Amino acid sequence: MPFSENLPAAEIRVAVASNFATTMLDIARRFENSTKYKVILSSGSTGKHYAQIKNGAPFDIFFAADAYRPQRLEKEGRIIAGSRFTYAIGRLVLWSPVSNYFNHNVLSRIQSGKLKFRRMAIANPRLAPYGMAAKEVLLKHGLWKQLSGRLVRGENINQTFQFVKSRNAQLGFVAYSQVKSVSSSTKGAYWLVPQSDYQPIIQQAVVLTDTDTTRSFIQFVKSKKILQLIREHGYDTP
Amino acid sequence: MFNEADLTALFITVKLAVITTIILLVMGTPVAWWLAKSRWRFKFIFEAIVALPLVLPPTVLGFYLLVALGPDGPIGSTMGFLGAEPLAFTFTGLVIGSVIYSMPFVIQPLQNAFAAIGQRPLDVAATLGASPLDRFFTVAIPLARPGFFTAAVLGFAHTIGEFGVVLMIGGNIPGETQVVSIAIYDHVESLEYANAHWLSATLMLLAFVLLIAVYAVNRKLTYKSGYGL
Repeated sequence: MPFSENLPAAEIRVAVASNFATTMLDIARRFENSTKYKVILSSGSTGKHYAQIKNGAPFDIFFAADAYRPQRLEKEGRIIAGSRFTYAIGRLVLWSPVSNYFNHNVLSRIQSGKLKFRRMAIANPRLAPYGMAAKEVLLKHGLWKQLSGRLVRGENINQTFQFVKSRNAQLGFVAYSQVKSVSSSTKGAYWLVPQSDYQPIIQQAVVLTDTDTTRSFIQFVKSKKILQLIREHGYDTP
Repeated sequence: MFNEADLTALFITVKLAVITTIILLVMGTPVAWWLAKSRWRFKFIFEAIVALPLVLPPTVLGFYLLVALGPDGPIGSTMGFLGAEPLAFTFTGLVIGSVIYSMPFVIQPLQNAFAAIGQRPLDVAATLGASPLDRFFTVAIPLARPGFFTAAVLGFAHTIGEFGVVLMIGGNIPGETQVVSIAIYDHVESLEYANAHWLSATLMLLAFVLLIAVYAVNRKLTYKSGYGL
């Protein structure tokens, strides 16, 4: 039909965890360029998105920061059956914007008190999967009690990153994807925590409305090209 | 119902609001007086500065405070130069943030109250031989009492409900910077809705009782001294 070109393109509303927002923006732009669909992104905390979805927020797909909230939505019958899948696995790093501040033996230098710092930032372990992972690492290395008076807690991983980037905290456990996003001149010092030190940070997505558009978007996200892109952003993929 | 951290958070919140309100009343009064009385043609610039904290979303204001308090920021680098302890993630840091955040809510009612008095009572007092300081303390301040009440109530309530600024510069340290709004947020985010509801209800009830008391006292005083609001 001659005027079908002028019809507004179909839209999908995507709720995305703040830690994945920049990666999702990249994915969404590529999707928009290769289809006629438009992707509207709402980034925010997974706890808030969960509450919003339970109270009728008009999202079509939800990319969470963990597996717990998607599982709960599944149990509560809020999702399209069988749509829950892992889209990324987060990687934890200990980071400081000051280069040469530390290297791979950073934890033993903290244990022996050789590394001087006033504050270490972590995400709140009760709220954020990266915070939970950071707590596990500190517990495993016997540092949790020793450092408890010096820990500041961000409500999410982005805030934790800001604490360290503004150098109000001298170092902190953040997402590898965040360190990858800063320009190489300000990358500073970072230590990629071995994945055996913490439970994998599994980020899952669920589909809330089943349409052609959501189906093709999910297919797009699972494609080889996009999985490669997700890895380039500093995540592992299943 | 409440855990210990919730009660500590309640205490810290009230302490923060009381200290912030007192500081703002003491520091805001001369500023409001000057704004009400000055005829300087560029006064409006300062009126705009006082209103600025209303414009920025609290988390954005908090973000810039965090940057300013950092070792590269203007406040943080000065503190470092003076050899003082950094202010981010401390109760003192929260007080500074709250004073900025609640400033318009205290200064603007005071400015309006001073302006509403007009020049006449002050001129009369002057002809009776009252010095400028006498006029300020025995004429202007008593006449502006309704304005002081409004300023104190708004400053206090606004600080109690503060969230974005403390979220950014507090670091959520129990017993130091974890206020009630953050504790409620934590409960909501970790899906502990029952705890969140209890804490919110307590906060609302506490604020309600306090505001009722303040308004009742204000009414009594206003009635006694014969000025209407």
